[in-house]
Amino acid sequence: MKPFIKLSLCIAIGTLSFISPSDKKSTSGQRLKPDADNGGITLPQGFSAVTVTEESGKARHIVVNSNGDIFIKLSALKDGKGILLLRDKNNDGKADETQAFGDYIGTGIAISNGYLYTSSNQDVYRYKLVNGIPDEASKQTIVKGLPDKGQHESKSIALDGAGNLYVTVGAPSNVCQEKDRQKGSMGIDPCPLLEQHGGIWQFKADKLNQSQADGVRYATGLRNVVGLDWNKQTGELYAMQHGRDMFAAYFPELYPLPNGDDLPSEEFLLVKKGSDFGWPYCYYDHLQAKKLLNPEYGGDAKAIGRCAGKDLPIMGFPGHWAPNGLLIYSGNQFPERYKNGAFIAFHGSWNRGAKNQAGYLVAFVPLGKDGKPTGKYEVFANGFAGTDTPSPGGAKSRPMGLAQGPDGSLYITDSQKGKVWRVMYQK
Amino acid sequence: MARHVSKIKALLLYRSYFVRIHYTHSLMKPFFLFVFLMPCFAFSQAKNSETPVTPNQLAKGKQVYENNCMVCHQETGDGVPGLNPPLVKTAWVLGDKTKLINVILKGLHEPIEINGERYNNIMPANDFLNDQEISDVLTFVRNSFGNKASAISAAEVKAEMAKK
Repeated sequence: MKPFIKLSLCIAIGTLSFISPSDKKSTSGQRLKPDADNGGITLPQGFSAVTVTEESGKARHIVVNSNGDIFIKLSALKDGKGILLLRDKNNDGKADETQAFGDYIGTGIAISNGYLYTSSNQDVYRYKLVNGIPDEASKQTIVKGLPDKGQHESKSIALDGAGNLYVTVGAPSNVCQEKDRQKGSMGIDPCPLLEQHGGIWQFKADKLNQSQADGVRYATGLRNVVGLDWNKQTGELYAMQHGRDMFAAYFPELYPLPNGDDLPSEEFLLVKKGSDFGWPYCYYDHLQAKKLLNPEYGGDAKAIGRCAGKDLPIMGFPGHWAPNGLLIYSGNQFPERYKNGAFIAFHGSWNRGAKNQAGYLVAFVPLGKDGKPTGKYEVFANGFAGTDTPSPGGAKSRPMGLAQGPDGSLYITDSQKGKVWRVMYQK
Repeated sequence: MARHVSKIKALLLYRSYFVRIHYTHSLMKPFFLFVFLMPCFAFSQAKNSETPVTPNQLAKGKQVYENNCMVCHQETGDGVPGLNPPLVKTAWVLGDKTKLINVILKGLHEPIEINGERYNNIMPANDFLNDQEISDVLTFVRNSFGNKASAISAAEVKAEMAKK
């Protein structure tokens, strides 16, 4: 039997390798064979997905190089390394080679002007890409010593291609209470955390060893931004704000169910230089389309107070969905209506009520030429959790990072095991 | 745990002895009485060191859990990866009682690691709960989600409160 199996395998592999060059077309993505079950997720008609890898590690953000190489930043070291390079050598969509480097954890990863930029929870580094391969010896520190106090510590990055690097610094707090996350504790006024946290800082993309003080405070009033991207079409920065936790749990009388679980909104933001989105004093209520005062600062679910004049989001999403990935799509593979629109990876909730967790999905928001939404959000990819009643620990997978491939495919990472999908459109 | 098992064994032994005596030596009353009372001594000793877990206490503890803990640690006790630690079969829950009581009284303000996974969310102090509520909720947690451990008494909680 054994020699027979070997022989049949040889024939099978030989046949495959013989037909593969003509049968597969990696650059268009159109003839690449998707998984029969699209890797366990549901997609709109015409779209399909191939599982790039089942397990890569604790995946955070992802970027795909012009040669198709995939880089993933990890939030936990895997065999001592925090950055992965996945390569699909035979153009079947599945990674068949993995390299790892970088001895630090983190979230941010991006490619700009021939460099791979990565972030730890304190610093931003870059590596020169030599023939597409990051040269480890060329590692440079671009930003150093950003605050990391454990909570909302990840540093997302985006580059504008014009010499600027944008870095988020989340606030190590829920709503700047005297006692963080203590029910009944009032908000500190003014909130001292805003001095060094709760915003987006702009740095020079090619200047070494910049400290936080060397950067420009680009935007403030941001509790925690993980999804961050530069819109090449409009030349503007977009961000996803994680709204504060525990409305329904702390203030059931102000935020009764079922709406209590949907507030505050997760905010989709067009960020301008000098924007102030109001945290910790204010939150957004997409049901009333208003920025309102937080109860820790005297709010009653209706009062606007000092929140008048704070910058509004361009869209509000249901509460606690945890938007961790943002990608403004500039590819040509997907139908025209997706061009310049926004894909948002929601990690899925944990502090909605029991049996009411939601948002383990990837959404799409069509954007017009002015960079503003032209319609409501759509659920683009779903089924990640593998159940209708998901929980953060029990979910099969949780959407995390998004990237666009050179052929216009959409890549999605999962934080549970590091599964990676490549989503394609097939006419 | 081993101590607990040996106590049960001892009780069973006494019981079988008692049954045999009852049927074969029913006239040996003083000895019979002594043997009959032995399990009671054993039981009262157990009560001193390990308060028994009662359904009533578990029901009360569940209530406290649902009102104060569940939103972070979840209905299943699984917690939230990367943020809120699980309560399922960890040394934090099943180990040193005083350490566990103090997590409730003082909260946790530093990231912790369980089974190689880091959890970095803040746990607020729950010092607004009284000794009985803390005893109930910890006993519930130590006997739910697949956990099995001794009860934590209100007196044990009170002793830690006094140290504050």
